[in-house]
Amino acid sequence: MRTLTAQDIDDLAVGAWILGTGGGGDPSLNLLSVHAGLDAGTRFDLIEPAELDDDAQVAVVSTMGAPMVMAERLQDTRDVARAVEVMADYLGRGFDAVMATEIGGSNSLQPFAAALHLGLPIVDADAMGRAYPEAQMTSFAVGDLQPWPLSLVDPRGVESVVSHVPTWKWMERASRALTIELGSMAATCKAPRSGREVKEWSVHGSVTLSISLGEVVRRAKVEHRDPVAAVCDAHRGRVLLRAKLVDVNRRTTGGFLRGVARLQGLDDDTGRSATLEFQNEWSVARVAEPGDPPGGEGRVVVTVPHLICLLDLVSGEAVGTETARYGQRVALVAFEAPELFTTPRALEFVGPRAFGHDLDVVNPFGGDSQ
Amino acid sequence: MSRRIGIDVGGTNTDAAVVEMGGDRPVVVAAHKTPTTLDVLSGVTAALAEVPTDGVEVVVIGTTQFTNAVVQRRSLNKVGFIRLGYPAGTSLRPLVGWPTDLASVIDGGHHLVTGGLDYDGRDFMPLDEAAVTEAARRFADRGIDAIVITGSFSPIDARQEERAAELVLAAHPSARLTLSHRLGRLGLLERENAAALNASLVELAATVVSAFSAVVRAAGLGGNTRLFLSQNDGTLLSLDDAAAYPVLTFASGPTNSMRGAALLGGVSDGIVVDVGGTTADFGALVTGYPRQANAAVDVGGVRTLFRLPDLESIGLGGGSRLRKGASGITIGPDSVGQALLTEALAFGGLEATLTDAALASGRLTIPDIPPPALPPDLDPDAILTVAARMIGDGADRMKLASGNVPLVAVGGGAYAVPDVLDGFDPIVRPEHASVANAVGAALAEVSGEVDQVFHDLGRDGAIEAATALAIERVEAAGAARGSAEVTDVEDLPLAYVPGDARRVRVRVIGRLA
Repeated sequence: MRTLTAQDIDDLAVGAWILGTGGGGDPSLNLLSVHAGLDAGTRFDLIEPAELDDDAQVAVVSTMGAPMVMAERLQDTRDVARAVEVMADYLGRGFDAVMATEIGGSNSLQPFAAALHLGLPIVDADAMGRAYPEAQMTSFAVGDLQPWPLSLVDPRGVESVVSHVPTWKWMERASRALTIELGSMAATCKAPRSGREVKEWSVHGSVTLSISLGEVVRRAKVEHRDPVAAVCDAHRGRVLLRAKLVDVNRRTTGGFLRGVARLQGLDDDTGRSATLEFQNEWSVARVAEPGDPPGGEGRVVVTVPHLICLLDLVSGEAVGTETARYGQRVALVAFEAPELFTTPRALEFVGPRAFGHDLDVVNPFGGDSQ
Repeated sequence: MSRRIGIDVGGTNTDAAVVEMGGDRPVVVAAHKTPTTLDVLSGVTAALAEVPTDGVEVVVIGTTQFTNAVVQRRSLNKVGFIRLGYPAGTSLRPLVGWPTDLASVIDGGHHLVTGGLDYDGRDFMPLDEAAVTEAARRFADRGIDAIVITGSFSPIDARQEERAAELVLAAHPSARLTLSHRLGRLGLLERENAAALNASLVELAATVVSAFSAVVRAAGLGGNTRLFLSQNDGTLLSLDDAAAYPVLTFASGPTNSMRGAALLGGVSDGIVVDVGGTTADFGALVTGYPRQANAAVDVGGVRTLFRLPDLESIGLGGGSRLRKGASGITIGPDSVGQALLTEALAFGGLEATLTDAALASGRLTIPDIPPPALPPDLDPDAILTVAARMIGDGADRMKLASGNVPLVAVGGGAYAVPDVLDGFDPIVRPEHASVANAVGAALAEVSGEVDQVFHDLGRDGAIEAATALAIERVEAAGAARGSAEVTDVEDLPLAYVPGDARRVRVRVIGRLA
């Protein structure tokens, strides 16, 4: 067990934004709420999955909805805690710990919002290892664990429990419909997990990974070192291109932000170029070499489930699909996905075809293929 | 058109320019620079004393006083907050995340009131009118007049903020209200922060506005002379509006410089670079006005969403220090700054600066100053090549698409901008660029904006209705009849609202009558 400091939580927010792989929402408002709690003397204890008893009960939290609504309604940390309480009441049994569904972006701080009020330890794990656009894109779904029940809370006193669904995809559809009706924002507590399930089917160490990514970026800035190189050195990332963003084409369809960004290589990468497709998060990157026939799309260099990140060349911080704009100097960086997302079954949930791309997985680190 | 005087009160200098329009370019009849004084007013008086005021019918003042008051935490009044959005948002209360020294100066207490809207314009909760009245009474009892009202999703529909304003004024007649939807876009906390900064300045604003009027009258400008302040977007702000919304003057300095550069250079769309002593500042012109930033802006340590010009700075200016390192020549980001005339090699000092390189290469000549000898590892032409690349990169960041656009170079260090730069054509170097800020202030136009929800008119009908209303507003604000041109249209259908509801924003700009 480790007690987290205010600095750890600041670093976590920076690292989680990187693991957001372009989406997941800016964690800054959640960070402010958590800081307000810290000032009041709250302690956040981080435990490893191995510290959980097999029959321990773990609450899995996230807030569903649109970033615009979160910025306007300002989430109350009590609502996240309330979602956990509603679930505990429904189950007739309390929780021993809380964890995030999604470490990428603003949801990384949701367990902290719950812990502020409930005093539960936070598990150093999540169910995505990054951000994904849909709620069924989790390690728990890959593990074929039970998708129900789910509790969902709105600050106006609307509290509901989805007590049964036939599949994970149905849980996504039912909970999203409720969320939209509540103004496109709701705190949720997903299907509870046993200690054993967390050990077997979660992405371990993702909270400490986030903290450590944020810390590397912070230190590199202070020491005037290249933050992108520092992040890659520390976490086995690979820089695929250093480039300028020359075009971002966005459209909103089916509740998702989709589109394509184009990069033009800089310095040693002059003459190379890249295109990045996104659905909330970056999903496929192609790179064209100087000798390639003109007009070609280039070669696919990395796809989901592997992590595709754009990092600002100067600050090292992530560039999101909502905020990316012409002229930004960025590094296209890849990180390898956790192993449990690279099995054939996992790829049905999080591979390129789950995002509508007729492509096989490409892993720049060489490992798997379909 | 008649003659106008523009006065720009900057951190260092107060500049005045008397301007007439001659054809399509402004004619600078007279200009004067004088040091900015601590009390501001005597500097303005001194500047006015040095330029001819005959025939001047309009005076426009751009000032940094309100920005400085926030940065220096002085002359600020207490602010009371009423937020319409309860039961959401209680963990992020007003002033959360503010620097504690600033928060403690202005915090006059807050009330979180049941109310607010959802994204589709429906009530999040019906407004608790009794609670608004009660909050107003409490502020009145405690002598707090400056009050901010912020409702969730008020930029989409301001009805709750406006209703709350009526209730507050009924219970607290001396209240001076700042409604958040007047100042910002979506992002409640940032909008509330902007409104709070504004409210903290209302007492100072009342004083400043009446003092400016007095100074202008004292300068012998008659009763026919109209006085305005210039606002963030480069348009005119009436004295009444300036007293109510002083925060709208926050970025008038850089805006006026860019507007002036555009007018003097005859460029309406392109990039402006202002190379000073320490930094080069880049901005983009869209139809003669600075492009506005889309992101959160930090003012005095407070996160806001003002509509401010989109600017980027790099540490390159006439006083930038030069070094030869392992990876080649570097320029800046440190600078000798205001000590250029004593510390640079050319002026007998010991520091090699960008000015020295320009003199040594022959790019820049200054009467009676011979080209200095640079250390052997600092080749002047190589240095200017590095400077040109830095400027090219900086200007390129402001572009929204590839292809050539005009680049207007102003400022004392504009010599560092090369005559040929990839991606930019032509490179324009206007005359009188040193008083571009005062020229920009003098030639400010009138703007009018409508941002509201229209029902059952269809897309075209709603835009038409909004445009007519914006033109009505701009003419009421002093624009010549028929001169208004639409500069911006945005529309957003609101799903889930019964009937056809659509939020339309239209902005028009007209010539001062």
